[in-house]
Amino acid sequence: MNWMAWTLPTAVFFSTIGSILVIMTIFEIKRPCTERKGFLPIPTTRGDRLFIGLLSSAFIHLIVIGFTPLSIWIALTCSILWLLTLLKWG
Amino acid sequence: MNKVQNNKAWFLVLPVFLLVAFSAIVPLMTVVNYSVQDIFDQNNAYFVGVEWYKEILNDPRLQDSLARQFMFSFTVLLIEVPLGIAVALMMPTRGWTASLTLIVLALPLLIPWNVVGTIWQIFARGDIGLLGYVINALGIDYNYTNNPIDAWATVLLMDVWHWTSLIALLCYSGLRAIPDAYYQAARIDRASSWSIFKFIQLPKLKGVLIIGILLRFMDSFMIYTEPFVLTGGGPGNSTTFLSQTLTKMAIGQFDIGPAAAFSIIYFLIVLLVSWLFFTTITHLDKDKTKEQSYD
Repeated sequence: MNWMAWTLPTAVFFSTIGSILVIMTIFEIKRPCTERKGFLPIPTTRGDRLFIGLLSSAFIHLIVIGFTPLSIWIALTCSILWLLTLLKWG
Repeated sequence: MNKVQNNKAWFLVLPVFLLVAFSAIVPLMTVVNYSVQDIFDQNNAYFVGVEWYKEILNDPRLQDSLARQFMFSFTVLLIEVPLGIAVALMMPTRGWTASLTLIVLALPLLIPWNVVGTIWQIFARGDIGLLGYVINALGIDYNYTNNPIDAWATVLLMDVWHWTSLIALLCYSGLRAIPDAYYQAARIDRASSWSIFKFIQLPKLKGVLIIGILLRFMDSFMIYTEPFVLTGGGPGNSTTFLSQTLTKMAIGQFDIGPAAAFSIIYFLIVLLVSWLFFTTITHLDKDKTKEQSYD
């Protein structure tokens, strides 16, 4: 695995994404969800909301890193809050 | 017959998952790992955090090539989609002319990308190329090697020549799938050709158009070989698109870290725009079906 040039932060990052996917899969098997309409303009399933949340979190990070002097931890906090909001009410 | 309720069929997807993992997921993870390090060689990598992302997002050279890339992709879509639909509508439906048209339309799609670039590089030259020579003979000063507008027009024309066939063929297959009963009903109602197109053909083409637009967007957004062979990104940087800037950075300058950060940003943009296209088009379709069922 040396050729993949792992670092601790990237390992934590991928483990988190992997764990989220596994948890969501188990959750889906135990309690299958149906499409519903929240504050997003389109009806979504739980998986849709997770995808939208992860993709928008990536852009939140890019905007904070690239165009503001703020710390990446602020971007991370905002992203987690945004992801939870989206999953609950999106 | 009783239907067996279990999820064991998912195991059949496992080989594909493994293939995708090795061909896409593992390389993508490696790129993420590279994007946070300053890589000198295999044993010399230093963690730099989000430094490369900061640098890339504020690099005017990359911002310019991103703007050019968006302009190119949207112009290409604006030309190729209506033109492809028009060509498909005009194509003969039976007889030897139908087969001949299909073959002629499929030809540009069969030519390798670097050959397309070479064909157009020669074709558009003012001294030996037919297109360049004719345009100059008409009294228009045309030279794609030193005029950015001419270079853009040539790259666009080349892409339209190469890829409109794809949209046309997809739409042609979509049009052939429409049952004759729809046209009979339209004839009974004395519908005009425009009404037939608007209320029958276009809605029935939505499925193939989603695929066509997505394919063309992703392909044009990642275009590399054709403009590289035709203009080399010039004159100046006027036709340097994202993938060429990225290649220069990764292979020319061997800046693996910044190039990896750039690749991730590039990937996220492609993912976002493709998702937006797909969601918008599929939900428009769903809304319309709902409205029709309420009527």
